[in-house]
Amino acid sequence: MTRATSTSRPTASAGSWHRFANPGRFLRISGHVYPWSLGLALLCLGVGLVWSLGLAPADYQQGDSVRIMYVHVPAAWMALFAYSLLAAAGASLLIWRHPLGGVAATAIAPVGAAFTFLALATGSLWGKPMWGTWWVWDARLTSVLILLFLYLGHMALTHAFENAERGRKAAAVLALAGVVNLPIIKFSVDWWNTLHQPASVTRIGTPAIHEAMLWPLLVMAGGFMFFFFAVVLLRMRAALAAQRAEALDRRIMLGR
Amino acid sequence: MTRKRRRLYIALSGLLCIASAAALILTAFEDNLVFFYSPSDVQAKGLPEGRTARIGGLVQEGSVEHLDGNRVEFVVTDGAHDLSVVYQGALPDLFREGQGVVAEGQAGDNGVFQAREVLARHDENYMPAEVADALKESGEWRPESGEGPREAEGQ
Repeated sequence: MTRATSTSRPTASAGSWHRFANPGRFLRISGHVYPWSLGLALLCLGVGLVWSLGLAPADYQQGDSVRIMYVHVPAAWMALFAYSLLAAAGASLLIWRHPLGGVAATAIAPVGAAFTFLALATGSLWGKPMWGTWWVWDARLTSVLILLFLYLGHMALTHAFENAERGRKAAAVLALAGVVNLPIIKFSVDWWNTLHQPASVTRIGTPAIHEAMLWPLLVMAGGFMFFFFAVVLLRMRAALAAQRAEALDRRIMLGR
Repeated sequence: MTRKRRRLYIALSGLLCIASAAALILTAFEDNLVFFYSPSDVQAKGLPEGRTARIGGLVQEGSVEHLDGNRVEFVVTDGAHDLSVVYQGALPDLFREGQGVVAEGQAGDNGVFQAREVLARHDENYMPAEVADALKESGEWRPESGEGPREAEGQ
């Protein structure tokens, strides 16, 4: 496979773990990882959807409305996970000037925003029949809405500058500053009285969710995770290919 | 110090500043960040006079009384203290005795909370109906064993 010449500008010092930041090597490795991620995503989501929407038992209190949880909870987990990666990519761009950091962050942001929106929307659909309201301004719901705005702000900032590199750096600063929201989201249900229930799966001790519901939930979470990686890798490969095409164009123009 | 090292320290100190600012703000506004007050909070601090507030806890077993004209009266408890609530209107599906509830309204003159809106609060327990029935039958059903909603712990 050929190297993406335009982005592999030499870094100041090529430390040992900088090798993954080399776009050429990234393209080669991701070419192998991407089809596996996509395959596993389709498998997990196929099995998980049939299991959680059809075979899993109804809840003793919520009835069949509990099935919304199988989409809501993995989406919310991925919203937090994607933001951690977004911030890590931003840090790698700002601090170590990794050429792939900006590409990764730009690829992650809309996917994370989509997961956050999905978590908010499904939560709202569940809230109406269960709580009796679509939305309340409690600490958990509000902090997740702020997470959505952070993602949207990141996307806007990335494209707000004439110079693409400046846009990516400004967005990276926002991503890093927003990290403070992650523990607030996670612990909001423990620190303050909220309408949202506390954690069921990740609490200390035994999960408060029965095994017949926990397993399909974990399969769905795996499916969301693989799907996320497949989409992000594809977006990164597309961005690198676009950069390369642009560089080739420029070279042809100059050659004339 | 290399430039990379310096950028790392700048980023870390920036994060530290933001985190401390956030912690200070959240601590300062703690009373406004809670979505509802537990009966113990109400006992300790009282409810703001003439202003809308939310109270929450568990609906005490056997306390729900349906009055005429779609009115309902029930007691909200957090284990330590109780609060009587009166409400007129439709109740959410999950409103049950022993389950979590949040009521929005004002304190009445007789110590009874006048609710304008009642929301059900679901706890973190998920289980199939058969399992719940089996637990109840075998006497292993302990909704108040400390595994229940947090407000049962009191504040």
